[in-house]
Amino acid sequence: MRRFLSFRDFDWPLLAAILLLCSLSVLEIYSATLHTKYVGFHTKQMLYIAGGLLAMFIFAKVDYHRMLDWTPWFYGFFMLLLVATKLFGHKALGGKRWIKFGPMLFQPSEWVKLILILAVARYFANLGGRSLTWRDIFKAFAMLGAPMVLVLIQPDLGTSLTYIPILIAGLFLGGINVRQALILSVCSIALVGGVLGSGKILKPFQRARLTSFIDPNSDPKGAGYQIRQSLIAVGSGGIWGKGEAKGSQTQGDFLPIPHADFIFAAFGEEHGFVGAVIVLLLYFFILMRLIQNAQTAADLSGSLIIMGFVAVLTFQISVNVGMVIGFMPVTGIPLPLMSYGGSSVLFTFLALGVAMNVRMRRFVN
Amino acid sequence: MDSIKFSRGEKPPSVKLAVVQYCILALMLALAAGLWRLQVLHAEDYRLQAEQNRIRKEPVLAPRGKLFDREGRIIVDNYPSISCFLVREQSKNVDADLPMIASGLHLDVDQLRATLRHYRASPAYQPIPIKQDVTADEDAFIEAHRNELPELETIDEERRLYPRDGFASHIIGYVGEVSEEDLNQSRYAWYNPGDVVGKAGVEETYDKLLRGQDGSRDVIVDSHGREVGYLGVQHATPGTDLKLTIDNDLQKAAELALGDRNGAIVAMDPRNGEILALVSRPSFDPNAFSIRINRTDWNKLITDPDHPLLNKAIQAQLAPGSTFKILMSVAGLQEGIAQTLKVNCTGGWGPYGFFHHCDEHHGAVDIHNAIPFSCDTYYYQLGDRLGIDRIAKYATAFGYGQKTGIDLPGEQAGLMPSAQWKMKTYHNRWYPDETLDVAIGQGAVEATPIQLARIIGGIASGGHLVRPHVVSPDQLPADFRKSLQEDFPGSGEANLPIDPENWQTITAGMYQVTQPGLYHTAGADGLPGIDFGGKTGTAQVMSHEALDKTSKGRVTNPNVWFVGVTPTHNPELVVAVLWQNGGFSYYPARIGARVVAAYIEKQRRIANNLAPSKQSAPTEVGAVWTQPLPPSGKGANADATRLNAGHFYIDHGDILTAKAANLPVSRPGVSGNSTKPLSKGLNAKMGARAVKLDEQARKPVEQAVSSGKANDPRGGQ
Repeated sequence: MRRFLSFRDFDWPLLAAILLLCSLSVLEIYSATLHTKYVGFHTKQMLYIAGGLLAMFIFAKVDYHRMLDWTPWFYGFFMLLLVATKLFGHKALGGKRWIKFGPMLFQPSEWVKLILILAVARYFANLGGRSLTWRDIFKAFAMLGAPMVLVLIQPDLGTSLTYIPILIAGLFLGGINVRQALILSVCSIALVGGVLGSGKILKPFQRARLTSFIDPNSDPKGAGYQIRQSLIAVGSGGIWGKGEAKGSQTQGDFLPIPHADFIFAAFGEEHGFVGAVIVLLLYFFILMRLIQNAQTAADLSGSLIIMGFVAVLTFQISVNVGMVIGFMPVTGIPLPLMSYGGSSVLFTFLALGVAMNVRMRRFVN
Repeated sequence: MDSIKFSRGEKPPSVKLAVVQYCILALMLALAAGLWRLQVLHAEDYRLQAEQNRIRKEPVLAPRGKLFDREGRIIVDNYPSISCFLVREQSKNVDADLPMIASGLHLDVDQLRATLRHYRASPAYQPIPIKQDVTADEDAFIEAHRNELPELETIDEERRLYPRDGFASHIIGYVGEVSEEDLNQSRYAWYNPGDVVGKAGVEETYDKLLRGQDGSRDVIVDSHGREVGYLGVQHATPGTDLKLTIDNDLQKAAELALGDRNGAIVAMDPRNGEILALVSRPSFDPNAFSIRINRTDWNKLITDPDHPLLNKAIQAQLAPGSTFKILMSVAGLQEGIAQTLKVNCTGGWGPYGFFHHCDEHHGAVDIHNAIPFSCDTYYYQLGDRLGIDRIAKYATAFGYGQKTGIDLPGEQAGLMPSAQWKMKTYHNRWYPDETLDVAIGQGAVEATPIQLARIIGGIASGGHLVRPHVVSPDQLPADFRKSLQEDFPGSGEANLPIDPENWQTITAGMYQVTQPGLYHTAGADGLPGIDFGGKTGTAQVMSHEALDKTSKGRVTNPNVWFVGVTPTHNPELVVAVLWQNGGFSYYPARIGARVVAAYIEKQRRIANNLAPSKQSAPTEVGAVWTQPLPPSGKGANADATRLNAGHFYIDHGDILTAKAANLPVSRPGVSGNSTKPLSKGLNAKMGARAVKLDEQARKPVEQAVSSGKANDPRGGQ
């Protein structure tokens, strides 16, 4: 039975909230780049958003079950791409993360996020919600671990970390029991502790960021500089903010990359507590709306897809905003829908397209 | 349907989803609490900190690496320069100050007003560049009027100092600000807007090494963001200096030999692929690009019918003419056909109903005199026997139709036709008659000077082919060397052994070309006592009928080539000369001979331990064509005289003297060798006058130059 699909079933309130967030983003990118060499990036961002919207509508049309059928192929293809990136990729900023695709640069690790959301959803949906055996759990780890290692050695810690919440969401909703969850968390805490302790796996700049996170004042000019400037920016914004294009931290070039990773700091400085909370509320609304869509989804796979997306979004928001307000170390994870950047915008809209897709087909059965 | 597997109906328990919702709510509340703590509770503290915030990171630009010739003599240097900007943010009305600014900076008031008008539409914070290379007295004027003219600001920067008169300009390339379009390309993805990048030649290819790594400075600023001092500096890592394979002496000789003819010269060591000299004409002045080239100059460069920006040595794809016969001889001999082929040349041959001409009635011709005679009839028949496929096989193996892989951007591949190529391109079969044109290097065959140098140098070396390069790979980091090979693919190094006997025959033929003899194409251009051979080539620009229609009565001379080697067997130097619309092929032979003579002379001097020919006074630093001026004692204005028509006079440490106004317009000239007329030719700045080639020239070359230069609009290709 196939019900006629129409865009009436589209989640318009969700889209409205997202576009509102995007316009705040464009406004702040304009303000943050006004006196820098990046001036004009807000128009580029608008183009990215327009492109993202188009891609979203296209992705909303293709049945997500069809996408799930194709997932293993995509997975294999992107694994090859990641290997190719490591071998022949474009080297820059201390890592090989991009691959040339005609005149364009293409970052496979962003796409892998979407593929993993689909792969994890497919995997756990096929298990049918029964309680998981250790074997199932290890398979899931292997599925996620392989691309994660490939991205980690690029090296791109930030992006590889965003894969973790996808797995956590999958395991949690897929039927892991309390005992298994406890054992896994203990193991992972021990593992993380070991990595930090041994000091061999993290790159020097990553270690510097961590130590400066613990005590930002230890080195005000070095690695702690970014966090300190970010805190000053947010704090000095006060309740109402200094006003659009009037933030001394943002405009005075104190804040590092105020249009990308630190855009929330720039926004907080210029629009104050009120502005920042409005942004948080918008994110909260978007996330709740997505979860509601997950609840009404036609089947387990649909809700797993949406929840994977929710996990990634939640993770990125909390890590980025947490970084800006001094709760988290600097990891280079952009704020979805706010930070400048084509691949980030594209990923968000594509994932949104799939989420809409699930919603539109909620009455299929 | 596979999707049936996805268990529909099974949904995650809503309890779990509720748990997720509460987690998100908790996270959001935590973040909001963090914001509350910073922005409400501690807002005042941070506001104070923001006001006291005095330390800002500013980039320290890394100086670009210098370029040296193979003997360590400097070719491209940097010099400190001050630029003056006008900042409009001050609320003050700038117009009233313009006359004062104009007089202090030696600018024309109207021009200054025009500049301001031009920037009227741009945002107010954008500073307007009003003068580059501010002199010491102008800088003093700016400093002295800080209070009256707060709108003036200066910026110190290092600028590129290139040789004068476009010396080696096509090898060096130039730098400029990275453009908006470039930034969208993957190649430039890591650059920031405003960065200065190499845009052609070695500057482009080796940009990553030359640019170094910018450092940063912790600047103390006041509450308005104005700089008042600095705390610490993280020094910039200067760009790597590079040693080119170019030999300044030979480059100079090649530049002089080509004069202002539209064409190119490549001089290469065929043993290792090192380019010793590379010239393309007309050339351009890279100094004009070092900050921002002005629109009129740019338009002039890009609309010039002779394409000054085109590096003809690697980008001009033209019919190689008779120089192709060397490859034909290799194919013919290796296939065992040429040894026995005897032809009676009666002025041409035409077995397929269309008569193909030969320049002369050579009479009896065999492989031994076919090369010096450059007898078309012989090669028509040889080509006919070989057939297009065999010709194409040999030509492609030796590198026709492929890039050589030289480390300069924009190399063209040329074209080697074959039956397959014709079918693919024109969907038509190959006619045997077309093979005859190909056999003499016409028809669809196209080659670049660098290709010819590599191929003919390789053939004369018994089939040892090399990858040409202008920067010796030994000094490059391993990974850069690797990426270079990937970025500049080409036929590269190859070994295609030619039978010793055949090799003897061909090289002997090439030797005969420059020896006196009836019908020898460059019989008057041998160098006494020097083992010097080669092959001439003449390629019709277009068919005679087409010519009559388009040239509107103007003379369109054929393009002429010469590829010379010395010594003839296993050469250590190969010179390819192209003169577009040059007329007769012994002209480029004579140009090539000059380059070879200069090379041999230098080698002999070195071998005999003789001092280099006497140099007058100080010399060739940076601006290779410059001669420092005699001290005139007017030291006071010294700095003001650095600039003269865009060129810089520098010497070894002595303070620059003499006044700009006193500078003779054309003083440069490389003194030294006894050839007086050469420097005179250069002084004419590639102008209307041709370089006198040879005092004892038997042919009136000048005359040919002037007729050949008949402003042919199709000069480029």
